[in-house]
Amino acid sequence: MAADLIIGILEQGMIYGIMALGVYITYTILDFPDLSVDGTFPLGIAVCFVLVNKGVNPWLALIPALLAGALAGIFTGLLHVKLKIRDLLSGILTMTALYSINYTIVGKASDFLSMETNTIFSSAAKILPEAFTPYSKLIVILFIALAAKFALDWYMRTKSGFLLRSAGDNEGLVVTLGKDPGKSKIIGLAIANGLTSLAGAVYCQYGRAFNVGSGTGTVVMGLAAVIIGTTVFKKISFLRITTGVLAGMTIYKACISIALQIGLPSPDTNLMITILFIITLVANQLLTKNKKGKSGVRGDA
Amino acid sequence: MLRLDNINKTFNAGTIDENILFRNFSLEAADGEFIGIIGSNGSGKTTILNIISGDMPVDGGSVTLDGRDISKLKNFRRASEISRVFQNPALGTCPSMTIWENLSLADNKAKAYGLSFGLNRKRKDFYREQLSLLGMGLENRLETLAGALSGGQRQALALIMATLVKPKLLLLDEHTAALDPKSSDTVMQLTDRIVKEKGITTIMVTHNLRHAVEYGTRTIMMHSGNAILDLSGKEKEKESIDDFLKIFNEISIECGN
Repeated sequence: MAADLIIGILEQGMIYGIMALGVYITYTILDFPDLSVDGTFPLGIAVCFVLVNKGVNPWLALIPALLAGALAGIFTGLLHVKLKIRDLLSGILTMTALYSINYTIVGKASDFLSMETNTIFSSAAKILPEAFTPYSKLIVILFIALAAKFALDWYMRTKSGFLLRSAGDNEGLVVTLGKDPGKSKIIGLAIANGLTSLAGAVYCQYGRAFNVGSGTGTVVMGLAAVIIGTTVFKKISFLRITTGVLAGMTIYKACISIALQIGLPSPDTNLMITILFIITLVANQLLTKNKKGKSGVRGDA
Repeated sequence: MLRLDNINKTFNAGTIDENILFRNFSLEAADGEFIGIIGSNGSGKTTILNIISGDMPVDGGSVTLDGRDISKLKNFRRASEISRVFQNPALGTCPSMTIWENLSLADNKAKAYGLSFGLNRKRKDFYREQLSLLGMGLENRLETLAGALSGGQRQALALIMATLVKPKLLLLDEHTAALDPKSSDTVMQLTDRIVKEKGITTIMVTHNLRHAVEYGTRTIMMHSGNAILDLSGKEKEKESIDDFLKIFNEISIECGN
């Protein structure tokens, strides 16, 4: 029973962790409060749902889902950069538009995949040895989450990644380098929302369901994971922040799980999340205030 | 060669605060020239830099760099040939990136920022060498975040970054004004050395008369949108700081400052 619970926490933590990697890019690196993720998570679910339902290879179905999210991110970026709409509002507009789009993609507000539908999990269960069966889902999810993490780590160390980091850090410097900081922002939003939709696509096959309202609260969850991850794991210098973000989401999911286990009614979890969120935020501020400017050496990207 | 031709600039046009700053203002900077611009507040010094860099639109006139009209280009497009160091040391570096990362970033200026490795390992020794010339010990701190450096150190780093890829034109916007006197002199000496060594055409706006007079090959004094004094070569050498100060005080009194 306890083992099942832990496996469940890890599975969910890693799925939503992929989304949190995206929020890490917008919130921490670009300093862009991007609410589009509330729409791009269910967008990933919707695109993947339709494709898998039609019998498309479940692994291949992840790619269009990711691309759809990236496109939505580009849309948010264009609203902000080209039309000069405020960052927060740009995200809200995309999120709102996606509600209709997600509904249109699936054609109804909620639907289920039949048990015969082939998913990444059912295909993996066939290949993996029987001893691994209880962990087959977790193995698949870990594989995707780590692939996303390492891809992001790699990108952040490329020239393009350097420019993205400086766009969030010091926009003026990007200009002096002869580059358009707006373009870097758009690239960042595309990657962030691509990851979020990928998380949605994995979640679609994991939960075998689509619900048009399933994106609500995604950004808060992602932010909580990023803040927990960066606060708790800041001290451990050999770990990259991206690892901390994945772990942060797992801690977050564990807290929710524990709260539900000890009998907290599920509508109350939102209140608990908020309290948890505020505590981490304040703790983070206190920690950084004491540390600011003292330690300059960094061991991660 | 940089040319400003018949620049017109009015602030708050059509309002009660209308302020005509430039009326057919023209300026030419020859290749390799190091121009120091001084003048009181509101004389148009910094506005000149903003007009050249494309950060401020003009009402009329043109900006030409090496025979090419760049008036219509956006700021970041002009920046591929023009470098700038600001008064605020925080503007010239990325605080959450290391010195090495900052230098690698600047070393790729105006080229494509693609998917190749961001850190420039081949040039690490060269970066060390450049930093050691500062005498600040930064050559052993390549992994230190730029945000952890002092104002003087950051400004010195910003200056190296701005000139790593030789620009056609270097704009210095009161780049020593926010520093303590010692750091200010250090950064000024570094500026002089880099500009001379690389032969970069430079326009420096400063409030420090001594810097403007001691360094550079040409000194311009601005007053309400006009160059009221423009000395270079032998003429400039004849004038002492006191002469400049006298003229400066005269125009200041005129303005009632």
